[in-house]
Amino acid sequence: MTTLARLDSVTRRFGSTTALDAVSLEIRSGEILGLLGPNGAGKSTMLTLLQGRRRPTSGTVELFGGDPSLARFRSELGSTPQETALPDTLRVSEVIDLVAAHFPDRVPTAQLAEEFGFADLLRRQCGALSGGQKRRIAVALAFAGRPRLVLLDEPTTGLDVDARHGLWAAIRRHRADGATVVVTSHYLEEIEALAERVVVIDRGRVLADDTLDAVRARVESSIVSLRSPSAERIAELAGVVRAERLEEGGPEGGRVDRLDLTVGDSDEFVRTLVGSGLPFERLAVRGASLEEAFLALTLSDPATSERTPA
Amino acid sequence: MTTVASEPRTTGRVSMLHLYGMHVRALLLETLRVPIAIIGSMVFPAMSLLFFVVPNRAVADDPELATQAVISLSVFAVMVSALFNLGLTIAENREKPWDPYLRSLPLPPAVRISAQLTATSALSFASMIPVLLVGALATAATASMSGLLLGLVVLAVTSIPFLLLGAAIGYAFPSKAAIAVIQVGMFGFAFAGGLFFPPQFFPDWLEALSRAIPARHARELVISAVDGTAPDLWMLAGALAWTLAAAALVLWLYRRDEGRRYR
Repeated sequence: MTTLARLDSVTRRFGSTTALDAVSLEIRSGEILGLLGPNGAGKSTMLTLLQGRRRPTSGTVELFGGDPSLARFRSELGSTPQETALPDTLRVSEVIDLVAAHFPDRVPTAQLAEEFGFADLLRRQCGALSGGQKRRIAVALAFAGRPRLVLLDEPTTGLDVDARHGLWAAIRRHRADGATVVVTSHYLEEIEALAERVVVIDRGRVLADDTLDAVRARVESSIVSLRSPSAERIAELAGVVRAERLEEGGPEGGRVDRLDLTVGDSDEFVRTLVGSGLPFERLAVRGASLEEAFLALTLSDPATSERTPA
Repeated sequence: MTTVASEPRTTGRVSMLHLYGMHVRALLLETLRVPIAIIGSMVFPAMSLLFFVVPNRAVADDPELATQAVISLSVFAVMVSALFNLGLTIAENREKPWDPYLRSLPLPPAVRISAQLTATSALSFASMIPVLLVGALATAATASMSGLLLGLVVLAVTSIPFLLLGAAIGYAFPSKAAIAVIQVGMFGFAFAGGLFFPPQFFPDWLEALSRAIPARHARELVISAVDGTAPDLWMLAGALAWTLAAAALVLWLYRRDEGRRYR
């Protein structure tokens, strides 16, 4: 397996905000890598660094063994513009031809249009297209030069279900033809449909880098909240991935803590809890948000987190 | 997994000339499909000639002064178009997402910049046609055919520093600031360079200052090309120095640029 691109302890700051914080990552040939994280997590910054559009504040970014800010190292890289980017006055075929002209082994315009379903739009000016049509063309542009590495930033945002599934099928087909694909999304569903390896990032840091199954198992978790004087023992019960304890005074001065427990299977955990005979009150169960699920991933040793409110 | 960094594929090469041609074509199409954008730079210099030179018969009826006035306003037309069209277009494009996308393609900066310069010069020359028409029809300006052709070639070459300065302004400033900088620079160059008022009538200090202004170099070089006289060394040296300095500035600004920065 070959490493196509690499970030080595890369930090990127914009003024006082840190978009990426000492991130290291390797992109290997032949995989679909999903970059999952909430908006503003640093996914797009990571892609602009790989595209050579921005430089890291510190650390090194390598693309095909060189500095991506030099044009020659980008000759096998394909990426998507934002759908609002297409120049309004140019016709679709003119945009495809312009982008494809940068690559030695381009896909013929008609073939690309056929594959991504816009053969009937080639003569239209981009300004006359709908958002979904622009989105399909933007994704097609990433494949116009038969790249070995493709970066897709939120490729199906704003598409209807049919168009989304069509695009996923096209991405998988190119993967089968040997392309390596990095796809960012804040939709778990999209990552699940495409990726084999998943990197979870939030606030500029990599929280997890694992196979899809491993990440999915963690992400599909629930939060069980309750109050109990025996918080420590409850946190050690089977099934608890992560426990967050908030100290609260009891009604008569006794110690009663509120607990937020991240668990894989909430039904199973509640059975265990009842079976243990430990006292608890005000039990509530809810699905974990992505952020909470990702937070659970950062803890190798479960049930050790403790937080005291200020 | 290894650390082997793969060699770029060597099958097939992209012709930089073809790529340059594609970018020029796209840039011209984008402008020509909204032609109102270039009307201002086409009309303004011809109107200056029509209102300031033509009614002044002392200049308009004198072949030498009239020819110099037409040349001055042709230089002005090309300069305005270069600074305005290029500076503003680049500044605006940096705020849109298409230009950043082009930067992710294997596109060497020199190819993109020269395509922008070429597309703008084509439009600049279009903006000079009304000036030449008014000059030929309504003044005593004359030029031999060879003088006219040589003058056009020299004008094209001497417009390069204005194109580069326009590009530099575009890469250095957001579009609203670029407009202000262009306007100040444009009129400063035009007055100090003797494009509106002949330098023969300048006081000594202004004449000395004027010799450092690129508009003056362009004016004098085009006049000597049209007249068939030998240019002075200071004109050639000045034009060359501005061209090299502006080219270095643009390349540095382009490499430094990361699109619009918000803090």
